Amino acid sequence: MQYEAPETTKAAVGLLAKAKGSAYVLAGGSDLLVRMKGGFVEPDLVVDIKRIKPMREIKKTASGFVIGAAVSCAEMNENKALVKAWPGVVEAAGLIGSKQVQSRCTVAGNLCNASPAADSVPALVAAGAKALIQGPKGKRKLPVEQVAVGPGKNALKKGELIEAIELPARKDRSGDAYLRFIPRTEMDIAVVSAGVNLRLDKKGVITEARVALGAVAPTVVLVAAAAKAVIGTKLDEAALAKLGEAASAACKPIDDKRGTIEFRTKVAAVLAKRAAEIAYKRAGGK
Amino acid sequence: MAVLVSTAINGDTVEFACDPHESLLDVLRNRLGLSGAKEGCGTGDCGACSVQVDGRVVCACLMLGVEAEGRDIETVEGMSHGTELHPLQSKFLEHAALQCGVCTPGFLMAAKALLEHNPDPTEEEIRFGLAGNLCRCTGYDKIVRAVQDAAKVMRG
Amino acid sequence: MASESTMAHPFEDAPNHVTPTVIHDPILSKTDFRSVGTRPLRPDGLDKVTGRARYGADFNMPGQLVGLVLRSPHAHAKIKKIDTSKAEKLPGVKAVVTAADLPDHTGGDQSMYDILENCMARGVAKYDGHAVAAVAAVDAPTARKALKLIKVDYEVLPHVTDVDEAVKPNAPLVNPRMLTEGVEPKPKKASNIAKRTEFGHGDVDAGFKEADVIVTRSFRTEQTHQGYIEPHACVASVSPDGTGELWVCTQGHFVYRNHCAMLLGMDVSKLRVTSSEIGGGFGGKTHVWAEPVALALSRKANRPVKVTMTREEVFRASGPTSASSIDVKIGARKDGAIVAADATLRFTCGPYYGMWAELGSMTAFACYDLKNVRTVGYEVLVNRPKTAAYRAPSAPMAAFAVESVMDELAHKIGMNAVDFRIKNAAKQGTRASYGPVYGPIGIGATLEAAKKHPHMKAPLGKNQGRGMACGFWFNFGGQTCTDINVGPDGSVTLTVGTVDVGGSRASIALCVAEELGVPYEQVKCIVADTGTLGHNDMTDGSRGTFSSSMAGIFAARNAITVLRERAARMWEIPVEHVTWEDGHAKAVGEKYGNLAPLSLKEIAAAAGNTGGPIAGHSEIVADGAGVSFATHIADVEVDPETGRSKIVRYTVIQDAGKAVHPAYVEGQYQGGAAQGIGWALNEEYIYGKDGRLQNPGFLDYRIPVCSDLPMIDTQILEIPNPNHPYGVRGVGETSIVPPLAAIANAMSNAFGVRMTHVPMSPPRVLKALEAAKKA
Repeated sequence: MQYEAPETTKAAVGLLAKAKGSAYVLAGGSDLLVRMKGGFVEPDLVVDIKRIKPMREIKKTASGFVIGAAVSCAEMNENKALVKAWPGVVEAAGLIGSKQVQSRCTVAGNLCNASPAADSVPALVAAGAKALIQGPKGKRKLPVEQVAVGPGKNALKKGELIEAIELPARKDRSGDAYLRFIPRTEMDIAVVSAGVNLRLDKKGVITEARVALGAVAPTVVLVAAAAKAVIGTKLDEAALAKLGEAASAACKPIDDKRGTIEFRTKVAAVLAKRAAEIAYKRAGGK
Repeated sequence: MAVLVSTAINGDTVEFACDPHESLLDVLRNRLGLSGAKEGCGTGDCGACSVQVDGRVVCACLMLGVEAEGRDIETVEGMSHGTELHPLQSKFLEHAALQCGVCTPGFLMAAKALLEHNPDPTEEEIRFGLAGNLCRCTGYDKIVRAVQDAAKVMRG
Repeated sequence: MASESTMAHPFEDAPNHVTPTVIHDPILSKTDFRSVGTRPLRPDGLDKVTGRARYGADFNMPGQLVGLVLRSPHAHAKIKKIDTSKAEKLPGVKAVVTAADLPDHTGGDQSMYDILENCMARGVAKYDGHAVAAVAAVDAPTARKALKLIKVDYEVLPHVTDVDEAVKPNAPLVNPRMLTEGVEPKPKKASNIAKRTEFGHGDVDAGFKEADVIVTRSFRTEQTHQGYIEPHACVASVSPDGTGELWVCTQGHFVYRNHCAMLLGMDVSKLRVTSSEIGGGFGGKTHVWAEPVALALSRKANRPVKVTMTREEVFRASGPTSASSIDVKIGARKDGAIVAADATLRFTCGPYYGMWAELGSMTAFACYDLKNVRTVGYEVLVNRPKTAAYRAPSAPMAAFAVESVMDELAHKIGMNAVDFRIKNAAKQGTRASYGPVYGPIGIGATLEAAKKHPHMKAPLGKNQGRGMACGFWFNFGGQTCTDINVGPDGSVTLTVGTVDVGGSRASIALCVAEELGVPYEQVKCIVADTGTLGHNDMTDGSRGTFSSSMAGIFAARNAITVLRERAARMWEIPVEHVTWEDGHAKAVGEKYGNLAPLSLKEIAAAAGNTGGPIAGHSEIVADGAGVSFATHIADVEVDPETGRSKIVRYTVIQDAGKAVHPAYVEGQYQGGAAQGIGWALNEEYIYGKDGRLQNPGFLDYRIPVCSDLPMIDTQILEIPNPNHPYGVRGVGETSIVPPLAAIANAMSNAFGVRMTHVPMSPPRVLKALEAAKKA
């Protein structure tokens, strides 16, 4: 195995593009090293992106935030402006693994790993985040919900890597939230999860909504029907009930060691409703 | 094959050669004779291999040895000053916060990082702050009390 | 050798000597203490907080190789052929072993043969993870490569992993030669039931006729693992002269020595085993797995070999506990008196004979004074790893079933759950359901303490319920050998052969300091290797502190005899006129009263001129481990929309006999309770339809994390055990017994749902809540 720690994105792309065998990007390593240890992958090349300066930064821009691909989730949680603007995204990022894992893991890595249960992804999808991708043929932007194409499979082509995640600027009277269900209080993979981002008008009526569910389908799903269920409402009982129904209806889960189809379908509704209530409050709704 | 790495461990400059696939934990234990960090799972689920890297607590099993280049690493072996124990070490002993003791180095490293970032944590903050460290002997009660007491001492 | 070696565990003959039937000759000799009952720091503490302590994987020998084990991916498969030739040819590979390298030296000892076969499959792989071959190579990557080069030709056989499926008439046979023991006439047809056992007395059928209320329920518990944080590890070195050394994390290095020597065909005295610090065992390190394989590799390679299990190997191929299926029927009169109790218990053993249902049968009703009681146990073979002990083995499952029914019965009669138990509690003189007559015991006292405990009256929040339950464990004594050596400076080395799993070096030193009348700091306790002492049974059955302190006290008494003789010689007076008080020899009698007392230090300094080194020795079978009882109280909050539970308050009340080191006793209570809570809520082995374990890691085998638990309150009761000089009882195990039922009872009290399947994981709880809502 060859290990490289280039200092520029260009160099990283170059290494990945000309790699002959299996090549992996190393950000936090909390997925890659586990897979190496288990013998599931045997990389010929590992490209560590943590020495690429721009990838270690969170930039606040006029259009929102640019979170470098090597920024750890702990660092996200220490960025006050980001926490204030996107509390749901930051909380979701903060739920990945332990404090030890937080010191290293990244949302870009969480996204590329393409697990349907990835904690940060439903929140990023609800937020309307985009992945900034660099590759041998230049840059491209992809909505985060299009990065994962199946369990463990992402849309990146040979030589491509995510250099940053772009979050939009926080609009007036809007807020987001993320909740997951795990049997313990920490350290589990989400059995089912929900990210919600809402915008209200001055009267507290929801004008924009995005609802994303995790661990209920092969990839994180953006549930348009769930958003539709709450738009035009003040998130009253009836709207919440419809939101829950839409969330459950969008579930196509499996029975596995972490949960049953029945359980995931029911709890998806519960979490979508609870997350919507938090997001509504954060948006200033009463 | 092997890569030469230069790093600082417990304040000392250390150079070692390792294969790129080796974890930092393998390097510490097998190449540098620092066996205080333990491998309980090798997958980041138990925290027994916790060490600090540039002031943050990490699982040494989830980091490559080659990534240590130029970093500042602290292990449980570097926690006491000479014969003077760190308050966390003293309080773990005093409160009987260990039984078998195999998780103890990891808990000490995680608790140290926790108190460095938050000198006056609530019980809940301690419990969530240490959730990445498994202990199967104590039920955590005495560990939490030891950390509370050490925090008090460290605050002065 | 044969009789000892067959006892992978001493509980096999538990009914005969675990509990005193009648106390003829109490040896309780002390009730006022100076050292015992204090909380000094442990001698191994400093090393453990500085990273200096050496565990199984922390030891290395020069020239050491890395050993790795190839494991079956199939739950049940015939091994038609193993081709190791390619692996052997790989540069860096120094030895490859299969069952052929471990010839059968067990001489017809079935239990040891099972262990041999479990260490390395012989013709048939019987569970996912069963070892089939092993390699030793210069480094781990080479060893891993070599494993991939071993070609095993399997013929997959039908398998069964579920306890209830395994007892069905047409279930695949795990062992086609297994004829059920304990039934008359002996069956001619093989089955997966290895043994039937029955305990009890009175006439159960007649008893039920007197009942006003009868509750009958069936329960299931899933398989759990001890979950010790340190994986199994050892370094083995066998020399061509037939001697060997083994450094290993174990609960019993003498037993490991005996087993390994037999399996390798070595003389016991030629294998020296040193126990490392142990990173948790809880019963799971009472059994050899990789150790004989490591020795076989070393013998073949003529180099030391280190074998360390991965966490995945620990889950797939060490010794988890039984899964169980239990039916309970209890009848009572309206006044609360139980008139009959009956239970049938089916426990999985893995592919080999076990005594797990038997232990469950013995413990099930041990808390109560019953006139008519019967328990029937069935040992069930399945294609899962060979079951090992886990803290009070089998008692938690039995208590889950019985204590759940007890609560339901109390409710139906309209009696408070605690009062109902107090009314039926066993007491001194009660004939236990498993046979013996109890001496002084603590079940009544723990219940009375629970009734008075402030926890019982504390207000409950929304969606919260409170439950309680009782638990029992036999405790064990066993073979123990201990040395005391007085140094020339008067400091004392206390050498024990019981592995210290939770602070016993401190506790045993406290007892010896007490007996010698010297400060605790003057006594250094070490755990010796197998070359140093006579055989010691393992640290299990809560025997470490009980038995080694007993032997230590007797060794101290022998040392005191020597010290008195030496003082007499120094004074030149008859020894009858020398007593031992407060760490000093004192001359007594009119003639000698003016002689200044001699300290242990002064006597030790003169030893060279008075007869040589001063020592005390003791070898005993520590009979009379007092039985142990506990009552737990649990407050549980359940999210009614997700079924997720959280323990919000927890109290453990248990009899310690005498708490030698109260902080470590509390630690045992809290640790056992936490394990029980994990078992109750989330821990389980999950097997796929293919018979493979789905969750062999700490990610999906979910033991409680720090944020899952509240502080765990403890109350230590001290009802002296008359069979120990200081009244000590074992304290290590009982605390894991009540939590399953206490939590189930709390859920029942909060929501009116009776959970009958452990773990009470969120999907199961949510399903039960919704079913209750519909009903």
